[in-house]
Amino acid sequence: MTRDWSRAPPAMMPLLLVAPLVVFMLAFYALPVVAMLMRSVSDPVWSVANYAALPEDVVFLKTFSNTFYTSLIVTVATLLMAYPVALALVRAPRWAPLILVLILLPFWTSVLVRSYAWMVLMGRHGLINEALTAAGLLERPLRILNTPLATQIAMTHILLPYMILPIANALRQIDPSLLRASSGLGAPPWRTFMQVTLPLSMPGVAAGVLLVFVLALGFYITPAMVGGPREITLSMLIAQQVDHLNWAYAATLSAVLLATSLALIGICYRLPGVGNAFRMNVR
Amino acid sequence: MMATRLLPATVVGLILLFLVLPIVVVMVVSFSSATYLTFPPPAFGLKWYEAYFSSADWLRPTWLSIWVAAVVVVLSTVLGTLAALGISRLPNALRVVVAGLVLSPLIVPGIVVAIGIYYAFSRYGLVGSPIGLILAHTCLSVPFVVTSVSASLAGIDPRLGHAALSLGATPRATFFQVTLPLIRPGVLVGALFAFIHSFDELIVALFISGSGAVTLPRRMWDDLRFQIDPTIAAVSTLTIVLTAALMWGAHLLRKHAERQLTKMG
Amino acid sequence: MNGSGRGASVLLTDLEKRFDRTNAVDGVSLDIHSGEFLTLLGPSGSGKTTTLMMIAGFETPTAGDIAIDGTSVVAMPPYRRNIGMVFQSYALFPHLTVADNIGFPLKQRGVPKAERAKLVAEALELVHLPGYGSRYPRQLSGGQQQRVAVARAVVFKPRLLLMDEPLGALDKQLRENLQLEMRRLHADLGITFIYVTHDQEEALTMSDRIAVMNDGKVAQIGRPEDLYDRPTSRFVAGFIGESNFLPAIVRGLEDDVVVAECEGAIIRALSPGKPAPGEKVMLTTRPERLRFADTALNPNIAQNRLSVTVTEAVFAGERCRYMLQAGDGTAMVLKEPSSAAIRRRSVGERAEIAWSVADTILV
Repeated sequence: MTRDWSRAPPAMMPLLLVAPLVVFMLAFYALPVVAMLMRSVSDPVWSVANYAALPEDVVFLKTFSNTFYTSLIVTVATLLMAYPVALALVRAPRWAPLILVLILLPFWTSVLVRSYAWMVLMGRHGLINEALTAAGLLERPLRILNTPLATQIAMTHILLPYMILPIANALRQIDPSLLRASSGLGAPPWRTFMQVTLPLSMPGVAAGVLLVFVLALGFYITPAMVGGPREITLSMLIAQQVDHLNWAYAATLSAVLLATSLALIGICYRLPGVGNAFRMNVR
Repeated sequence: MMATRLLPATVVGLILLFLVLPIVVVMVVSFSSATYLTFPPPAFGLKWYEAYFSSADWLRPTWLSIWVAAVVVVLSTVLGTLAALGISRLPNALRVVVAGLVLSPLIVPGIVVAIGIYYAFSRYGLVGSPIGLILAHTCLSVPFVVTSVSASLAGIDPRLGHAALSLGATPRATFFQVTLPLIRPGVLVGALFAFIHSFDELIVALFISGSGAVTLPRRMWDDLRFQIDPTIAAVSTLTIVLTAALMWGAHLLRKHAERQLTKMG
Repeated sequence: MNGSGRGASVLLTDLEKRFDRTNAVDGVSLDIHSGEFLTLLGPSGSGKTTTLMMIAGFETPTAGDIAIDGTSVVAMPPYRRNIGMVFQSYALFPHLTVADNIGFPLKQRGVPKAERAKLVAEALELVHLPGYGSRYPRQLSGGQQQRVAVARAVVFKPRLLLMDEPLGALDKQLRENLQLEMRRLHADLGITFIYVTHDQEEALTMSDRIAVMNDGKVAQIGRPEDLYDRPTSRFVAGFIGESNFLPAIVRGLEDDVVVAECEGAIIRALSPGKPAPGEKVMLTTRPERLRFADTALNPNIAQNRLSVTVTEAVFAGERCRYMLQAGDGTAMVLKEPSSAAIRRRSVGERAEIAWSVADTILV
């Protein structure tokens, strides 16, 4: 008895398992978003006129550059602050549990609550002003809340853990024998850091930079709560346009924001090592 | 030697202070006895907790958020777990498409999702109704379940399935007696994440909760627009404690599951 | 149980498994007897594990047939085959206790709880782990986990037990103890064992018969001593034990003995076939069967003799190991039991070696 044993029907099983979720998400998430985005090319008539108008749209250009600039500042600030913390988390095992709790506690707190906390801190009678006045450094309270600086500080605070965790991951994967080898070969600590640790942690740095920058581009709640009334972000502009029922414009801006985020992720995902570092559980 | 060790430690300490200070300040303010927001508080008391617990305007949104999140947990855990089981066995090309769709809420900017859902739900008549919130939050929470369950599944030795079959277990019995108990920690972690995500979600709620389905974050947001009284600090403290407790639980569960699996072989 | 004894007979007929373009298993036919301990031995990628997986039912053959006790099982799902299996990393269920692991197959068969407990206790007794039932697998050592895996695979009294490199993860000492225990278990249970390993020593120690696999085919099947003394191919001679290979040219035949010329000497060898004079052949012989000709030899046994130069001499305790060079370059190894009474050779020394014609095989 010799014959070709054909595949059994269970090939259908995986499809049946994913089908409910796929249908659900198409109906209540993907199709709504796509339908909304379609307004950018169908309103008022089918054309790309809405996109063609963007390069001369002063409001858009100003908002877009402000959003980009804010994200850039926040990315640099988080990077500078995250690296020493990540290094301490990996190299100081005795303190690691405490450091981890101090990182995770704010990480797990909602963006709304953290933005609110910064309102409390930066208000006219907030901790910062009270402390500076008490120390005699200020004569009257400084205006921090509702300025671009407030947005930058609060966003840096909120996004800092997203930078620390991938960098710490990359640092943890460096074989400690390499560091011993380097110092054993006579390299002083700073040289070991510059020539061994830093280059080997680059995948984590790249993942953190990408993650923070992309998340920062889409920020809405924090700039709306603590930011200035004039320096708005793309997300805020989109929300405003929806309030004015200007769907075509809101959809066009949304498409630009979405495309920018996806493009950045697409580019960086191709960098060696970033794909893996990115596969952490983000919240 | 002292300086080379002390300087980095101080820098790291200051950055960590920057991380936790805002949260500590909120907690301290919540125990303030002042009637306006000031720091440090002139005296301490439970005034703002009393205000919170005696106000229907605060309690109603709290209960709404809790039960919306509870339903979201059930829906996203069931749909997400089934999908995770399927995704790992899909042919390559299809797997990329399905995983891309399911995980995309993690990277698509919140405002884009929110106005897309608002745009469509206002046509379905789902704005201002808890059902709309449940449907939207489920889509946004499901990636956490799928990633968590997928990670558990990937950690299972495929030989365990073979072993069960060789011992006479039907595929059905193998699923219920072997696979399911082994991914249970992953499912629970995913469920906790889903709960917290729905409970904290604000952007979608801003657009679709209308006046008929005001969630707790939405209520806080509305309040902040007009006044910053320390009731919000009390509410924030409560949510910080709740979230931290749930996340700590998730953390312990994951550690436990890792230990169970890594000790083998 | 049916009449053919406690062990199942297994018949593989022209079994094939193709993955993409490569044939992992390429026409394997084996007749495994009831109650036999058969080992599939081969390097990785030789198709031994794939063959086992097809018998267990985890892989579907591309062609060919598998019959257990005369009944084809190819269309039967693994959970109906009633075959015990021990996996490479044991595959114990981490969420179940030892007792629940062993009771698992009984539960699937609807054995009542009380009966189950009794059988589990018996199985633990069988593998010398009484009282370990309430522990979890992670609380056991590797050797103990392996025993639990065996107990789980035999508790439901299958008539066939498959083992996929079950000792591979253990250290040498423990492996040797467990090899003996497997033999004892095989004798106690009387069921058919099919055992997969790449470790030739393990295969030689434990098996009734060994099927040596290479490139998806059975290179040779036979009792351990047959494979060792009468390899039919260069692959088998090289894979099982250590062998010397001597290139030679056939000069004639004397009954079933081939007379060949090698390094200027006449060497006689046993041959399965009848090569023609002038044919280039390869002769093989085992290092421990060679002797220096000036030590005591049995004059009644036909000897081959060869002049060599010692190129390396290593004292290894129970024996001495010499690297030799014959004529214009054929390297050979000679292993001699060490004795204070035997003179040790030094490097560069010329010597004559001798060995029995019966230990010389044409491959």
